[in-house]
Amino acid sequence: MLLEASQVAVERGDRRLLSDIDLTVSVGEIWQVLGPNGVGKTSLLRGLAGVARLGVSGEIRHGGTFLYLGHAASLKHSLSAVDNLRWHPACDVTASVSQICDALEKVSLAGYEHRPVGSLSAGQKRRVALARLLLSDAKLWLLDEPFTALDTAGCDWLEACVREHVGGGGGVIFTSHQASRFGGLQQNLDLGRYAV
Amino acid sequence: MPSEQLLLSLRAVFARQFYRHARSILASPSDVANPLLFFFMVITLFPLGLGPDPDRLAAMAPGILWVVALLASLMVSNRLFASDFEDGSLEQLALAPYPLALTALAEVMAHWLATGFILAGVSPLFGVMLGLPGDGLLVLAVSLLLGTMCLTLIGALGSALTVNIRRGGLLLSLLIIPLNVPVLIFGTSAVREAVIGGNPESWLALIGGLALGSLVVLPIAVAAALRVSLDS
Repeated sequence: MLLEASQVAVERGDRRLLSDIDLTVSVGEIWQVLGPNGVGKTSLLRGLAGVARLGVSGEIRHGGTFLYLGHAASLKHSLSAVDNLRWHPACDVTASVSQICDALEKVSLAGYEHRPVGSLSAGQKRRVALARLLLSDAKLWLLDEPFTALDTAGCDWLEACVREHVGGGGGVIFTSHQASRFGGLQQNLDLGRYAV
Repeated sequence: MPSEQLLLSLRAVFARQFYRHARSILASPSDVANPLLFFFMVITLFPLGLGPDPDRLAAMAPGILWVVALLASLMVSNRLFASDFEDGSLEQLALAPYPLALTALAEVMAHWLATGFILAGVSPLFGVMLGLPGDGLLVLAVSLLLGTMCLTLIGALGSALTVNIRRGGLLLSLLIIPLNVPVLIFGTSAVREAVIGGNPESWLALIGGLALGSLVVLPIAVAAALRVSLDS
């Protein structure tokens, strides 16, 4: 078990958005969190990660290490791609510069390693953020809209990356408005059923 | 969250966060220059408004210099955690398996070095512009060195509480100005005491005590405030 959540409720301000959510994520599973805008997908993911505590009630247990990649990429525009990963605020990247450069090459950013992130396009910034997936040993990935701003090749790469991760004993929960990309491997958590 | 064996030492975490924030500040020099420029402009205006009488200016210089330093600190406080909040770094800091108080302190110290420390360093020059006697110049610099550390830490608390509020500048001012008053009184008194030939050490000791106390207590309060802001 990588994550177990029971009777989770999500509130925003004094308004309850979601209630009675039960979710168990095991090794090899991919969960897509679905629902219309404003239903509380990001709030739920933040709650599952532990970023938001006051607005989330219920029992949430993690079975190991996890990595949360929010909608905002947590990148400093003035720093290079390498420095952003090297000095990442989560301090979970302990890789060498050459390992970081390898990861950036895999996300098709070879040649952009030492450019300020502010000079990159939105899709390239997303790729820098996603390169963290390759440098982390976390078993569970919590990804908020990971396909946003990526081109077709980028989406294909991320899909392959997720498949490889779950094949290697990991699990993934992600929010997305895109249609199912993972076929039978994917399970859906439709928040429309839990909306209050 | 990294696995246990990959956890960094707290010193390494502090250094990483300090370096990251310092590099980020240095990349936008206006953040460093703005408080200095503000200080310079306001100090230049006082002789024009009050008249060029050197004795009068010298008598008022300790209060003027300290009030302007406080306002300069206030001016930059509201941006302390703003970019981290906007770009998602704050979420990652909160999730990291390290004390948020420590990483927040690293950011505050980088911010202080880029603003308060430099301001204290150049303050004797501004003191000379207002005709502050030589005896008061060193005390001015020392009191500002310690005092701006307090002001920055108090400002960090205000910034952490208001980071998720749009146009929270006014609220921030209302929150932190009362907390800054003791620092202002001790700092002004130290410089005034030095100017009249008295012993400023007791006042400097009080500011030093405040700075040390702030260093110990406020990072914990800042971390708690950041978590509350992330929650709402």
